[in-house]
Amino acid sequence: MPTYGKGLRGLSILTLLTITAALTLVFFYAPLDANQGFIQKIFYIHVPLAIVSLCGFVIGGVLGVMHLRTGDRRYDMRSYVAIHMSLIFGVAALISGSIWAKASWGHWWVWDDPTLVSYLIVVLMFATYTPFRFSIEDPERQARYASVFAILGGAFVPLNFVAVRAAQGLVHPRVLTVSGGNLPGPMLLTFLISLVGVALLYATLWKYEMAAKNARIQLRALRRRVLGDDDISPLQRTAAPSL
Amino acid sequence: MTTFALAPALPLHAAGKYVAAAYIVFVVVILIYVMIMAVRLSRTERALVELNGDIAKRDAAAADPAESAARDDVRPPGLDREPAPAGRGPGDSSL
Repeated sequence: MPTYGKGLRGLSILTLLTITAALTLVFFYAPLDANQGFIQKIFYIHVPLAIVSLCGFVIGGVLGVMHLRTGDRRYDMRSYVAIHMSLIFGVAALISGSIWAKASWGHWWVWDDPTLVSYLIVVLMFATYTPFRFSIEDPERQARYASVFAILGGAFVPLNFVAVRAAQGLVHPRVLTVSGGNLPGPMLLTFLISLVGVALLYATLWKYEMAAKNARIQLRALRRRVLGDDDISPLQRTAAPSL
Repeated sequence: MTTFALAPALPLHAAGKYVAAAYIVFVVVILIYVMIMAVRLSRTERALVELNGDIAKRDAAAADPAESAARDDVRPPGLDREPAPAGRGPGDSSL
């Protein structure tokens, strides 16, 4: 059984340092935006959260493919944790985006912006992943169906992204493009450091949750070996995958 | 050095409140997650302590054969079988 806690301390320190550096750059280095002024600082947290959460959903799908290909339940657990973490980041991105919308456009939510609505659809779709998963009792079927869900959802994310980019009448500003984008150097540097910081935070929390789940599984297996089936208390019936 | 001097820290006008709120949301979401994980960790630790206690009791009973025999007499019949393999018990139905 793998030990996910290995390297967690180093990763946590690196994450802390990167996020501290990013926050320093955001508030003391990146220039104020000519149009939005200080409000634009939300960009450095909102956009990395959204990008990392979408990448996490895709990673969940890729891990789902690996689970179906190999039949190894560890990939299913990794996929589950990746989607779970992405949902948390997605909720944070939605709330921070809503605050930015209120400050910038005067409304908490704008329904005619394809970027906002499509992101909400993706988050809501993956919000159904957990209830869907736990509605299936048989562990094998549960893992298989959850992987299929993760793959379909993961494939939907890039398709959705392309569709939104192709859509007309965009309200959302386009600052990141294939040709380099509209960000000036200091802003781009700050954004990239913020993106790396949020991505590292995602990786750290993913590893943290994997380590916790792994410890619970090992504890449960040990308990079963020592005490037998009938002595398993409700504590051991918590959310933890079987391997 | 002038770059640092030009950038404001946290202006407390309308924009500052929104920016602060966005970053606070980020921190609060992460803190809630870490708190939930801490509760789960403490639960796992309690289970570990409980398991260690059970093992200690079993070892003590094994060391005293008379007590062990008495314990076997009151043990439910289902517990005489081989322990189930990991991942196939009633607690393994879901993630």
